[in-house]
Amino acid sequence: MKLKNFFFIILFLFLAPLHSSEEKIKLLEIYKNLRCLVCQGQSIADSNSDFAATLKLVVQDQVNEGKTKDEIYVFLINKYGEWIVYQPTFSKSNLLLWILPYFIFIAGGLFIFLIIRKSKNSKAN
Amino acid sequence: MKISITKIIIFGFIIFSLSVFWKGLKINNNYDTKDLVGSRISNFQLPEINNDEQYISEEDLKKNKYSLINFFASWCAPCRAEHKYLLSLSNKNSEIKIIGINFKDKKINANNFLKELGNPYDFVGKDTDGKTSILFGIYGIPESILINNELSVIKKIIGPIDQIQHDDILKLIQ
Repeated sequence: MKLKNFFFIILFLFLAPLHSSEEKIKLLEIYKNLRCLVCQGQSIADSNSDFAATLKLVVQDQVNEGKTKDEIYVFLINKYGEWIVYQPTFSKSNLLLWILPYFIFIAGGLFIFLIIRKSKNSKAN
Repeated sequence: MKISITKIIIFGFIIFSLSVFWKGLKINNNYDTKDLVGSRISNFQLPEINNDEQYISEEDLKKNKYSLINFFASWCAPCRAEHKYLLSLSNKNSEIKIIGINFKDKKINANNFLKELGNPYDFVGKDTDGKTSILFGIYGIPESILINNELSVIKKIIGPIDQIQHDDILKLIQ
């Protein structure tokens, strides 16, 4: 019995910091995606401003309540508008912003492929 | 004259990129809360500055035709500047209730501030750690939010209320 308790205590001691570090990573990810509205081009992760400190407290509370990243972003977008998050949400108005890089990537690849094929053909002729 | 498709694509891409940059240069990147007009205030409960057992919540605000929620602090110089306009609003119109939220301040300093300049507020709440300010979308003080009895934001004022804002609020609630 004593051995069993000892085993559980050891397991808890190993798992507890693992859980807290996972939470820290999640918090840092959220902080990095939130814009500090009173700073010049900084996320709240990089800022020590009063606003950033308060926002970090609120995010921490919401993570402790078990809210997901997306739920926290939606909550803050409702309060401050979409400007608060660095990564914009997918919507009709920014469809081009999301699709254009993939389109350029594919078109660029196709363009390079055609040029190579053309030069090979001209060499063969 | 024969123009190759490649040249047309490259030329088109350059024109497109330049026009995107040109448009981007003309966009105002300053944070603006214009879009928040029409959004609703919800889920808050605020303790009174001198009595922790007395609260104000969204249900209380629904009873007022209009409420002006003003974030202030004794350490904030622009709050002093806007105070006379808040006093004027509370005297001029009985349809508007002014709710003051004391932001990251000491109780004694806040009470002295109101004693010295006068108290325009129908209720003074406290936000000691600033968390309540996030619920209202505040990022600095002074800031004021004018809402109706459906708790919809009619106007959001960032910075101190001046004569123009004061007159605008009176016009909006008429």
